[in-house]
Amino acid sequence: MKPVYVAGVGIHAFGRFADRSVTALGAHAVRAALAEAGLGRGDFQAAFCGTVYSGVAAGHKVLTALGLSGVPTVNVEAGCASGGAALALGAAQVASGRYDTVLVFGMEKMPRGIIRSTFFEPWREEAGLSPAPAYFALRAQRLMMESDVRLEDLARVSAKNHRHGVQNPYAMYRKVLSVEEILSSPVVCEPLRLLMLCAPNEGAAAVVLTARQPGSRAVRVAAAALRSHHAGSVLGEHTPMSGVASATVAAPTEMAARDAYEEAGLGPADLDVVELQDTDSGREILSAEELGLCARGGGGRWVRDRGGEMGTRPPVNPSGGLLSKGEPLGASALGQVVELTWQLRGAAGPRQVEAARVALAHTVGRGANACVLILTR
Amino acid sequence: MHEPRPIAPGLFVIGPDGPRLLAARCSACGQPHFPAEAVCPYCAAPEVRAAPAGPEGRLKLFTAVLTRPPGYRGDVPYGFGVVELADGLEVITRLTEARLDRLRPGLRVRLVIEPLFTDEDGRPVLSYAFRPEEEA
Repeated sequence: MKPVYVAGVGIHAFGRFADRSVTALGAHAVRAALAEAGLGRGDFQAAFCGTVYSGVAAGHKVLTALGLSGVPTVNVEAGCASGGAALALGAAQVASGRYDTVLVFGMEKMPRGIIRSTFFEPWREEAGLSPAPAYFALRAQRLMMESDVRLEDLARVSAKNHRHGVQNPYAMYRKVLSVEEILSSPVVCEPLRLLMLCAPNEGAAAVVLTARQPGSRAVRVAAAALRSHHAGSVLGEHTPMSGVASATVAAPTEMAARDAYEEAGLGPADLDVVELQDTDSGREILSAEELGLCARGGGGRWVRDRGGEMGTRPPVNPSGGLLSKGEPLGASALGQVVELTWQLRGAAGPRQVEAARVALAHTVGRGANACVLILTR
Repeated sequence: MHEPRPIAPGLFVIGPDGPRLLAARCSACGQPHFPAEAVCPYCAAPEVRAAPAGPEGRLKLFTAVLTRPPGYRGDVPYGFGVVELADGLEVITRLTEARLDRLRPGLRVRLVIEPLFTDEDGRPVLSYAFRPEEEA
């Protein structure tokens, strides 16, 4: 297998952009990543585009707009992990030697309001069995019932990520929020308050992967693992575990993390910086447990011990996470990769994690799909 | 008077001794699931047999949905939760009670089949939910 390096990254800020098409968002990120890599037409041999709501041939439209079409182009949908899945596919092509250099990008313009998803049959929507925040709420309630996670801990997670997000010019929300403000924001679905949930939004990110080492301190993709769920570990009428793994059924994040740690020959103790799925505050705590950043059932204690804060090891979501950035499904995982590439290069400015050499990116969502990427320098 | 119809086929029956969910159990691995599939979602074995479930259950998890989710045809607010049935089956379900002070983990609940909305042809559309059987 060939090593896979990051030759360039690019991002379009996450937010709401009424005057820009999803194609324009994607083109912005792709142009930036190729410019940083010093590459252009003819310099990459395939493209993988993560997106969920962008419709037919969305990635092709971006490449056409930039005069870069003609290469094999695949649009990848894997729910919240779409961008990660696109990167995993691209990395495998480079590692196998099939292609020398590939372009990976992701973009989204999310519909407003509660995310509507064809994942649910029409009758399930009609019957009221589809609201994502209600599923997140049951997951958070279960964490609170089965371990010592408290309501204040959910607020602390959001306060931490918003504190981090203040330093990120690509985030949608850049405002310090106190635990009290978060707790007193409107209840969406008990126990979750509005400021404990991320906002679906718009954005794009792009990463150029290559087998040619671009400089001696290049960022390398050390692992790219993708898993889907086993029955019993995910939301659904016949598998209503509310996303919390049982003792007998491994969650997709646990499986992907195990694969990624094995592929990289590294473990949770080696991580210097982590970007993980924080669709809601409870999801961050569960993600931390599933990735092995703290003990199973120890997530509440982890939060109260300042787990994931800047200055601890590893900091979690130094970008501000999805809680600050918002979540454009196809772009969110690659947004993490852009952030972590900057972190590993020492180019993250005021949010720089000191001497970061090993980084992990994690996304998980509908399907369920989980992606765990490990980057090293 | 228009004849009521179920929200989807294959979800529930109303028998002489009350309503039941049309669940199934795998003869190979023993896991129950709902709605019934042709093969077991846990182990892929085709030996799946009907195992109607309910009407009694215990509430495990619950919340209230306060604003109308896209596509939903019933009233808001409504309760939403996980109910464990006698044979170990857990189902995600609507709850008739949305006042959280009337719900608690372990609460005895009962399956009800009731009209949720009226369709474009004027027919009442029946869906399932669980109703508290005791005070919280």
